[in-house]
Amino acid sequence: MQDEPTPTELIKAVADFLRNEIAPAIKGHNSFKLRVGINALDLVTRQLALAEAGDATEAARLKALLDTDGTLMELNRALSEKIASGEVDLKTPGLSEHLWQTTMDKLAVDQPNYVSYKRELGK
Amino acid sequence: MIETELRRCVAAFHPGATGVTGAAKLSGGASQETWTFDIVHPDGNVGAILRRAPPGYGAAPGRAAGLDAEATLMQLAHDAGLPSPKVMHVLRPEDGLGRGFIMARVEGETIARKILRDEEYATARPMLARQLGRVIAGIHGLPQAKLPKLRSLTATKEIEDLSREYHSFNWPRPVFELALRWLRDHDPGPSSEVTLVHGDFRHGNLIIGPDGVRAVLDWELAHTGDPMEDLGWICVNSWRFGEIDKPVGGFGSREDLFAGYEEAGRKADPDRVMFWEVMGTLRWGVMCCGMMQRFRLGPDHSMERAMIGRRASETEIDLLRLLAPRGK
Repeated sequence: MQDEPTPTELIKAVADFLRNEIAPAIKGHNSFKLRVGINALDLVTRQLALAEAGDATEAARLKALLDTDGTLMELNRALSEKIASGEVDLKTPGLSEHLWQTTMDKLAVDQPNYVSYKRELGK
Repeated sequence: MIETELRRCVAAFHPGATGVTGAAKLSGGASQETWTFDIVHPDGNVGAILRRAPPGYGAAPGRAAGLDAEATLMQLAHDAGLPSPKVMHVLRPEDGLGRGFIMARVEGETIARKILRDEEYATARPMLARQLGRVIAGIHGLPQAKLPKLRSLTATKEIEDLSREYHSFNWPRPVFELALRWLRDHDPGPSSEVTLVHGDFRHGNLIIGPDGVRAVLDWELAHTGDPMEDLGWICVNSWRFGEIDKPVGGFGSREDLFAGYEEAGRKADPDRVMFWEVMGTLRWGVMCCGMMQRFRLGPDHSMERAMIGRRASETEIDLLRLLAPRGK
């Protein structure tokens, strides 16, 4: 067992330091790059917090939809093939809900400020 | 320094020029370099832009029109009275600057967030969609006989190109598969009219002033094909920068865009435009994934590239909003 602090706590501490102490002192193109870097660290902390639960429910939905077992990667490959072949489409019960939920869970990690996502969250 | 070569080059095409000053590289396209500088002249300095292929950087193979074609297209657009910078000089080997051209610098803004939010552009915003409709119509009406050699593109070919590129990433994305399937099922077939297509008509490639559009830039992806492609691409949600209820670049309506297009004597086909909007949304998604691949495999190990990979999911939600919309 690894000791504390957790990865989330460490990354958050670094991101906060960069955001509050360093960013105000940096100018020009490096200031843009620093902001991208801070965004990346924030994304990682969101993924550490959210991905496990999201992956578990995604896998459960995929297993029900495909009536088969496998890793998340294998299940997503299988679903992709069935969509490509037309075997599964938007009329298939559960497909639309699955794609929406999976995509919403990705946006919650990747870009929670994306306006399309915020709009859909309210639905 | 580049100013030495520029000084020699400028003397050859701009009579009376005594030198150049203020040369600076602008951030911009990945496959091409853009420099800004001033030509020093006794009658007053002249702002200029150098666009050239940097040493050792090939343009995107197959897709890029090439810098010579870009120069020809910009000059054609300029001659037709469209907002396009005057091409001052096409580089020759003896200029020692590589391949490319020098054009007049047009003052204005290309950054979407400023164009969409700053007070300075408040009067321009409501008229931009209509204005851009007229400009795209003008581009589509440029004389075919004078066009440089360009690749031709059809919807069917673009679907297959996107499919091949997406599958080369070897990372399953059910939403992209859904979009590919939809595109194949709704492929409208070859356009009855084939014209010049700008290919990248969107924020970033348009110089905007308080008076409206001043210049169309970056003809790198120009080709011949279905003119509705340009109208669909500028409606892709990724170019609305948060103003998602204004489909044209976050500042206007499709109706205004089409009205401007039709004022210039051309006909818009809303169904085809919607088809190309779906295609464009998927295309940007595939491009985001491509950035991620280049981050992982290539020499450009930058955070920006890596983080753009995490924007592919934005196009997935936009594709779902287009293809599988949910109720309120």
